[in-house]
Amino acid sequence: MKNKFKSLLDSAGMKSVISSLLCIVAGILVGWIVLLILALTSDKIPISDAFRGLGIILAGPFASGGLRNIAFVLGDMFFESAPLLLTGLSVAIAFKTGLFNIGAPGQYLMGAMGSVIVALSIPTTPKNAFWVWLLALVVGMLCGMIWGLIPGIFKAFLNVNEVIVCIMSNWIAANIVSWVFANNKQFINTAGGKTAYTLPTTANGVSTPKLGLDKLFPGSNIDIGIFIAVLIAVGIFILMNKTTLGYELKACGHNKNAAKYAGMNEKRNIMLSMAIAGGLAAIGASLYYLNGGAELAWNTYGKLPDNGFNGIPVALLASNNPIGVIFSSIFLRFIDKGGYNLAGFTAYNEYVSDLIIAVIIYFAGFSKLIKDMISRRKVKQAEVVAPDDGEKETKKEEEDK
Amino acid sequence: MSEINKEAQVVEKAGGEYPYVVEMRNITKEFPGIIANDNITLQLKRGEIHALLGENGAGKSTLMSVLFGLYQPEKGEILKNGEVVTIKDPNDANALGIGMVHQHFKLVDVFTVLDNIILGVEPNTAGFLKKKQARQKVINLSKTYGLNIDPDALVENITVGMQQRTEILKMLYRDNEILIFDEPTAVLTPQEIDELMSVMRGLAKEGKSILFITHKLNEIMAVADRCTVLRKGKYIGTVNIADTTKEELSNMMVGRDVKFVVDKDEAKPKDVVLEVEGMCVKDSRGKKDAVHDVSFQVREGEIVCIAGIDGNGQTEFVHALTGLSKVDSGTIKLLGEDITAKSIRYRNTHGISHIPEDRHKHGLVLDYSLEENMVLQRYFEPQFEKNGFIRFDAVRNYANDLIDRFDVRSGQGAITSARSMSGGNQQKAIVAREMDRDHKLLVAVQPTRGLDVGAIEYIHNQIVKSRDSGTAVLLISLELDEVMSLSDRILVMYEGEIVGEVDPKTTTVQELGLYMAGAKRQERR
Repeated sequence: MKNKFKSLLDSAGMKSVISSLLCIVAGILVGWIVLLILALTSDKIPISDAFRGLGIILAGPFASGGLRNIAFVLGDMFFESAPLLLTGLSVAIAFKTGLFNIGAPGQYLMGAMGSVIVALSIPTTPKNAFWVWLLALVVGMLCGMIWGLIPGIFKAFLNVNEVIVCIMSNWIAANIVSWVFANNKQFINTAGGKTAYTLPTTANGVSTPKLGLDKLFPGSNIDIGIFIAVLIAVGIFILMNKTTLGYELKACGHNKNAAKYAGMNEKRNIMLSMAIAGGLAAIGASLYYLNGGAELAWNTYGKLPDNGFNGIPVALLASNNPIGVIFSSIFLRFIDKGGYNLAGFTAYNEYVSDLIIAVIIYFAGFSKLIKDMISRRKVKQAEVVAPDDGEKETKKEEEDK
Repeated sequence: MSEINKEAQVVEKAGGEYPYVVEMRNITKEFPGIIANDNITLQLKRGEIHALLGENGAGKSTLMSVLFGLYQPEKGEILKNGEVVTIKDPNDANALGIGMVHQHFKLVDVFTVLDNIILGVEPNTAGFLKKKQARQKVINLSKTYGLNIDPDALVENITVGMQQRTEILKMLYRDNEILIFDEPTAVLTPQEIDELMSVMRGLAKEGKSILFITHKLNEIMAVADRCTVLRKGKYIGTVNIADTTKEELSNMMVGRDVKFVVDKDEAKPKDVVLEVEGMCVKDSRGKKDAVHDVSFQVREGEIVCIAGIDGNGQTEFVHALTGLSKVDSGTIKLLGEDITAKSIRYRNTHGISHIPEDRHKHGLVLDYSLEENMVLQRYFEPQFEKNGFIRFDAVRNYANDLIDRFDVRSGQGAITSARSMSGGNQQKAIVAREMDRDHKLLVAVQPTRGLDVGAIEYIHNQIVKSRDSGTAVLLISLELDEVMSLSDRILVMYEGEIVGEVDPKTTTVQELGLYMAGAKRQERR
């Protein structure tokens, strides 16, 4: 029994969980120190707020005051988790296959554009609204897949680093989206004289089904998007761990040369990985904007969506595990809501709460470092300094004898 | 232990010169869960060549790391000329006159020999180089020790043997008196090895003390005065080479008797399996031919070996043969079928098994488990796949079967991460995988590189077994012993061309060496 427990602790998955938790604790501690320093150096913030503030952040939506508010904030938390979960998944699957998908913001934008246009273009009746919604979702995904495929093609055939192409494609996407909506005013919401946003998809009767969740969390934007996202995460987990395709994709990511040696088509696999990653990021956007409550700020050429970039810490915090991504994305939204409440209930302003979240996200980046540290402590013993020819000799087998 | 100390004390009391220039006494270095060095004593006499012999993972490297200050031992002490010293890092080691020639040279290719030698200890006045003195010192040293080296030659233009001598001069220039050679002969031709041996003897004669790390017994017998043997982290003994035999040394190293001659019957070649015709392959820059007009056949039931010094086109040839790179001209026929333009997977599934040169680069996905690596080319076969899903239970059973039959040892069996396995067992896993696949042609590239004698014996037997079951075997090897003992026919490759075909039963290592160095060639056809 004791042995079982020990081997559980030793397992790679457990190491990931422990390192992620350590990151979160470290991030929260440093964030709290920032709160403390601010309180000590400012006349306006009482020192007690630093202690109260920590509690508020940790309580997340539950510090929103009053059951109604809590339900409303919780609902929004889940709603906003879905896109983050999917961009996190997008980055994670790319990492698993040896690629750095920093192009999630661009894929996200392309997905948003595709979905919004389809959802607003096809006239609906109550009967076919669901099918238009589904079509909008699929078109959004396809837009993102194409956008992810582009850096994949450059990487596979010309060996251009995907990071460079991804960053370029982000800005190209931002400009395309602006250009398309600037020339198609019919999609712009002009109510009340504003012009910065597209119409909500509900203007055409299209929205993600809520299945009564809006009754459970009244006032919030919640829909079944979070469930779709979780299902996709489970699907990706199965794809990566149980199928021959996942086996190939991971083999290419871990060791391109060995994959080639084994007869796998590493060019196809690189393109496929990027296309899947692009599709995932795009579904995130589609779910967000097809909700009906969210409107797309179409003038995107100056700013890329946060949800795209935040996929990176979500993936890192989850050690690129698809199931872990479910928890890390919801956690980041949880803290996000806590930060929002911090500004509402203490003398700290909203910039401080953004800062605290940034600190936590920043520390999330260390999870791999900490995981390596945990592993190294255990492996160091086993590793005898290799002779210079790179013969890494671990002496594990002798332990067994 | 007591005996050793007594001996030392006797000398101290007698007031004579201390006999050991370096002494590592009762060194114990533990890593949690494993003792890498268990009470090891190594005594290096002034002016002797002392071999350090042991299999991979025997603790040679750990011991040298302790001597170099990379590790601090838990127990034991290091003495220099009878005085206890502490070596905290490699700088301390250098200050004590300990120098090392690494297996892979640490030279700057575009610098001259002289520049490389003074690198790090440049003589200067106010930051301006003063090379004249240094140059004279290098020339003098080169003469004294018969190193015969031109200080103004660029390193990239000189031979590997010369580069090694540059490394030796680096140590001499720094007035090191304890010289450690880490597997120095791995990259040399037989002739160059002879030269190195005489240089080593010369160094010893001039009072330098040499530690010679190797697992090649012939070299130890040829050059060493004494030999310390380690096995599994333990000190087995120190013997005088004059009083011992190769058999005794290998017995001490492995713990059992090892056969040096590969047991095999006369080859009975039958039908042609592989036919290569006029193959040319461009080098990585695409400028000149790395492989030029290579033609030969391999028949079933024979082992054909391509011998040659590293970097003479063998790698490019194998890559083209197995499909990892493209052929520029010529044809490859497998069982009469032209496969020149076929994919790697086609070749894999139509009879080619390939034990690759670099097991970490090509042979294994190190982050995959052993079982996942066992089906690297077969995961899509119906046996292991259903509706796109991998049948992990079938994979597990298959892996366990291979592990049993080929005696692959690892920490956790089938689920062990390939990265955590020892080099020998990683290689065994690859051999198991390639042997068990349906194949008519086995391409084995340096199948025993870096392995110890036990594993070498095993892999050689497997290759012979495969030959006897009707496989055509193409062996590419840099190890002359292996070439001579294993092959039925030897082709020598020099600068991308086959310069000779010899029969191992009638040729000598010396003759082979001449072909390998390009000094001799047959006109074929």
